[in-house]
Amino acid sequence: MFLRYKRTCLAKIKALDLNPKLRNQRDQTQSLSPKKPKPPKKSEIHFADRAFYYGLKITSWGIIFLLLSMVVLIFKMSWPALHHFGFRFFFNTEWNSVTQEFGALALIHGTLFTSLGALILAVPVGVGVALFLNEIAPRRLAHALSFLIETLAAIPSVVYGFWGLFVLVPWLRQSLQPWLVDHFSWMPLFKGYPLGVGIMAASIVLAIMIVPTIASTCREVFRAIPQSHREAALALGATRWEMICLAVLKAGMSGVIGGIILGLGRALGETMAVTMVIGNRIELNWSLLAPAQTMASVLANQYAEADSDLHLSALTGVGLTLFAVSILVNGGARFVVWRIERKFRGAK
Amino acid sequence: MNFKNWTYLQRRIINWMAKIVLFLFTFLALLPLIMILFYVLRQGGNVLSWSFLTTLPGPTGSTGGMANSIVGSLVMVALASIVGIPLGIVSGVYLSEYGVGKTANILRFSLDLLTCVPSIIVGIFVYGIVVIRYGFSAYAGAFSLALIMLPIVARSSEEIFKLMPGHIREAGLALGLSRWRVILQILLPGCRKAVLTAIMLAVARIFGETAPLLFTALGNQFYARSLSQPTASMSVQIFNWARSGFADLEQQAWAGSFVLVTLILFMNLATRFLGRVRS
Repeated sequence: MFLRYKRTCLAKIKALDLNPKLRNQRDQTQSLSPKKPKPPKKSEIHFADRAFYYGLKITSWGIIFLLLSMVVLIFKMSWPALHHFGFRFFFNTEWNSVTQEFGALALIHGTLFTSLGALILAVPVGVGVALFLNEIAPRRLAHALSFLIETLAAIPSVVYGFWGLFVLVPWLRQSLQPWLVDHFSWMPLFKGYPLGVGIMAASIVLAIMIVPTIASTCREVFRAIPQSHREAALALGATRWEMICLAVLKAGMSGVIGGIILGLGRALGETMAVTMVIGNRIELNWSLLAPAQTMASVLANQYAEADSDLHLSALTGVGLTLFAVSILVNGGARFVVWRIERKFRGAK
Repeated sequence: MNFKNWTYLQRRIINWMAKIVLFLFTFLALLPLIMILFYVLRQGGNVLSWSFLTTLPGPTGSTGGMANSIVGSLVMVALASIVGIPLGIVSGVYLSEYGVGKTANILRFSLDLLTCVPSIIVGIFVYGIVVIRYGFSAYAGAFSLALIMLPIVARSSEEIFKLMPGHIREAGLALGLSRWRVILQILLPGCRKAVLTAIMLAVARIFGETAPLLFTALGNQFYARSLSQPTASMSVQIFNWARSGFADLEQQAWAGSFVLVTLILFMNLATRFLGRVRS
């Protein structure tokens, strides 16, 4: 019986092969599955899906438009002053709302001077923190300490300024600055009277605030360096510090630079803390002890009570300058960090 | 660097010295944190009382409080969150799910730009667009806070959505869900905790913002009667007290800092805790 069944089956298969009508039928059923499905036409995509996508897209363009209008509006608001003073606006140290004479040089100088001072103080500390947490400290300790460092970044800047004004400034006035004046007043950097408030206090507060930024950027870049580089250095007999110099710092140098520039960006735009400790006098001064004013702090001090349109416009011009500088600085930092991350991608 | 002319002992001594110096740097970085927390706790704790939280600020010589600025801060942060969080999450979804092409790249670039803009510049923008026409108001303050919050929420939620493995999305699509339902019913609920963490960090950040509020919400010695009036906020109130020059108002500024710092640190700790639960 089985044999008979087999015979009929074979006959059927033979018939399939021989009969052109049946063969065609078979080929069609087989060729259906490997055939590629056509991409759906636009009208075939679910309506809700399209609506969702375009909703997202319109929102995105809304945000982009908002940012564009921000740039345009700030430029438009500062145009009267820029037009009135021309390039002189950036090279004039006079800022006087009585004579309606406004120039931003003293403010630009104040911003750059305080930020530079902050960098000099914060860079060794920030890089040191990153190295200690990544390379030396045991994992538990590093975890706890990094949480504390992040907390440092979370404290609002007005509290930093307040603390600086009532704890740091009296200490500077009573102990550090008189000593500096006694011993180093032959240097132009330390000329003047120990007022407490001034560029030195602003630099110290800024330094405290940018240490977490520098440390966290450096840590990320150091983490991107392959572990095998460190092991190679240790295997060749390097001590831990030599390993840090050879494998970590050398390779992570551009990351360190990126972190420094990011910290600089934060220092340039920092407003409240600086406003409270810098002494608020618009003067171009090369002494660390002198009170000064930065671009951000003059905005905080005068913007709400600007008495003339030209004054308001000049203040907005200062804001525009600050805007441009911080975009340039941050763009540079991002480029550097992006490059180092690309360099180490793949090698782990 | 050339190490080969030194003896092993010299190298070990240098190694130890370097370790100690790095430790000292870390200590130096943490010293301000310890000092700030110590002063805020000691000075603010002395002044802080229940009546400080429930009365209006007074002139020097009277016992004032910061009730109106607590309310003002909460109102403005809530308003900013209503605008900023959905917009941020929407652009995060767009960047991670449809994040190729011109629109996405321009959006990413503008969000990066917005992140690095100093917050006082945001204040100028809001001044030009809202305050010049409608005057100082809680709306203006909330608008500036929302602008500061938006890029933080957007970029962090983009990162979070990208971490969701692709096969989970594909599973949803294979079951016949359309793309928007995959996003709304699989992606968002799956990332709920992480997104919540990111939102809390952004809210903690804008609670402490002062600079943009100086000339958008201005400040107020009383409760604001409506949202279109100048509104007090905790950070601006602390700033004004600190610059008043009166010793008793300075004491109140310490108490205000105590409240603000406690609130922000609590939110940061909470995100830390949430993150630990997740991992």
